[in-house]
This record gives sequence, C-alpha cells and structure tokens, in this order.
Amino acid sequence: MEAYISLFVRAVFIENLALSAFLGMCTFLAVSKKVQTAMGLGVAVIVVQAITVPVNNLLFTYVLKDGALAWAGLGEVDLSFLGLICYIGVIAAIVQILEMTLDKFFPALFNALGIFLPLITVNCAILGGTLFMVERDYQFGESVVYGIGSGFGWALAIVALAGIREKMKYSDVPEGLRGLGITFISVGLMALGFMSFTGVQL
Amino acid sequence: MAFDKAEAKSVITTPIFDNNPIALQVLGICSALAVTGKMDKAFVMSLALTTVCAMSNLLISLIRNHIPSSIRIIVQMTIIASLVIVVDQLLKAYAYEIAKELSVFVGLIITNCIVMGRAEAYAMKNGPGMSFLDGLGNGLGYSALLLVVAFFRELFGSGTLFGYTILDPIRDGGWYQTNGLLVLPPSAFFIIGLLIWALRSWKKNQVEAA
Repeated sequence: MEAYISLFVRAVFIENLALSAFLGMCTFLAVSKKVQTAMGLGVAVIVVQAITVPVNNLLFTYVLKDGALAWAGLGEVDLSFLGLICYIGVIAAIVQILEMTLDKFFPALFNALGIFLPLITVNCAILGGTLFMVERDYQFGESVVYGIGSGFGWALAIVALAGIREKMKYSDVPEGLRGLGITFISVGLMALGFMSFTGVQL
Repeated sequence: MAFDKAEAKSVITTPIFDNNPIALQVLGICSALAVTGKMDKAFVMSLALTTVCAMSNLLISLIRNHIPSSIRIIVQMTIIASLVIVVDQLLKAYAYEIAKELSVFVGLIITNCIVMGRAEAYAMKNGPGMSFLDGLGNGLGYSALLLVVAFFRELFGSGTLFGYTILDPIRDGGWYQTNGLLVLPPSAFFIIGLLIWALRSWKKNQVEAA
C-alpha cells in the first residue's frame, strides 16, 4: 500500500507529466486561457489516463511482450515492435467509446467534457503516460495508480497555469512577448518551482 | 506533375521564419523542450521528425482521394504510426545510445501535432510532390528552432557542441563557469519564449492582440 501511495505522489509532483516531462504541451498552452475550461480538460485527461494506461498495460503484458503469447502456444513470438501502433489505436478507440457512453448516459457530463475528448487522442501526455509505463515495466496495480496520478498531475498543472494567465490580464507585457511568449516564460518559472520536488524521498 | 519552382521554394521556406510551426502555430512543443539539452540528441530528433513529416505527407497525399473523410484521422494516424515504428527500429539498430536517451520521445512523434496538422491541413488537399516539400519545410522549421535552442543550451550549459569542448569549463581546469540553469529542462521554456519575442519584434505582423 505504501509503495502505491509513494508512486502516486511521485507521479503527481516529482514526475509531473506537464512540468517535468513536458508532455501534452500543445493543449497545455492552447487551452489554458480560462480556469473553467482548463478544469474540464484536466478532468477529461484524468479519466482517459486512468483507463488507457491500465488497458495498455494488459495489452503489453498479455499480447505484445517478448514471450507474452505463451498462453496461446506462441511462446517465441515477440511483438513489442508493434507497440506504438497498438497503443495509439487503443487510445483512439477508448476516447471514442468514452465519448459515445457519456453522450448516451451522462449528457450533462458530455456537454461539459465533449469538446475536449477529441483533443485528447492527440495529446502526447496520454501516449507518453503509456510509454513511460512500458519503459518502467509497471505491474497492473502500479499502472492503475500511475495512470490516475499522472493524469491528476497534468490536470493540476493546467489549472494552475490557467489561474496565472487569468491574472496576467492585469499586467503590462511588452508587445512582442504578448500571448505565447509570456506563457512560455511563466510555464518555465512553474517548472522551476516544481523542480524543487525532485529529490523528495518517500 | 506541374511543378512551379517559385511556389516550391516558398512552400519550403515559409515555415522556417514566417510561419514557424513551433513559434507561431504552437505545435509540437513537447519534444522541442525535452530533447534540446544536447545538440546530437536534438539533431537526431529533428532528422527523425523531418523524415516522418515529409514521408507521411507524401503517402497521405498519394491516397488522399481514396480516404473517406469520416475515418481520415485514424487512417492518418495509422500511416504516421507505421512510419514512426520504422524510424524507431532504425534508430535502435544503428544509434542505440541516442535512441536510449531519447527514450519515449521518438514514439511521441506520432502525437506530434506538426505531423498530424500538416497531414490534415496540406496533404489532404494537395498533390504528392508539393505535400512532400511542405512536410520537408515544416520539418525544417521545427529542426531550425530545435537546433537553435539546443545550441544555446549545450554551449552555455556545459561548454560543448556535439560533445566537443568549445568553452573550457572551470571544473576541467579551464576558464568558463558553466551555467547550471541551462542544463535543466525549464530553461528551454525561457529560450523559446525569448526567441518568440525576438522573432515577433522582427516580424511585427506576428504580434498577438493582448
């Protein structure tokens, strides 16, 4: 249990997907103008991440890994080179299914999250989470915790950035730096702040 | 195939300064930040991305009239993913050390919005030759920014370029005090931010309304 809590805290703060691995930056910068929308996207990312990472973990362990097909009598087959195309397929499919399920059963939630879901397929934080999970060889339980934790960390970061950008309306930014430039610099400062978590041992 | 030289030139050069995919269109930033610590990593990454972008544009453009528009995203994704797998396997075979350092970022070319964006915006509407050039141009625009950032980070952060010592650092008995901040990933944000500032002061029409 302790190991899971420590993994969760590490995924949220120390290895924050947005601020220390720099994943999902495109949407991170594009959809962080308002706290409200940032929150919506953040929740969507948590949900998708919490589903896709464990599903891809199962796919990797039972189909793709070297010798994983032993249960089907194909012990010597190594399909790990097909990983990338399978993961992205799974992500695209899950996002689609999630979209249809929400539309059918939770229309209110669909209206709130709907426009963000298609964006998520091409969000590198999602694919990145899966690839990190594979690279670090997480077990199934760990992958569930990692999925939720990394999604939560990303959501935290985007809401924080949106808060900062809302306040920035009141500041006088030099002409060429307006918009994108100043956003980059504030994200840099945020990342520096998050770096102070490195080295925290749990 | 009708091939207009002037148009071909503008298709390649526009993305480098006038419409840079990173600085203006805010696409493909993730990898731009994470792989710019060293010139050689940045170089391999830009090579990989330029290849994938040009080839995917070419292939998608070749079959553009046969793709039903309702499933075009998944078709594009499959083509891009297959190309990335090829590049990934090649890197693992011939440049294992660098492939190891780039870790997940080669795989993340799949979700790099530059590749998807160009496939969707250009290759679906134009002929194969021009699409290839457009992919090449956007790849080069990405590479240019990546290499500039990596140049500053490696030269001032550790005093080397491509691993060769240029400025003798103090810890090896030289004179140059290395700038530790530039070795850390967040410095990429500052450098890109400042580059955007420089680019927009030069090309006033890119300034955003506040």
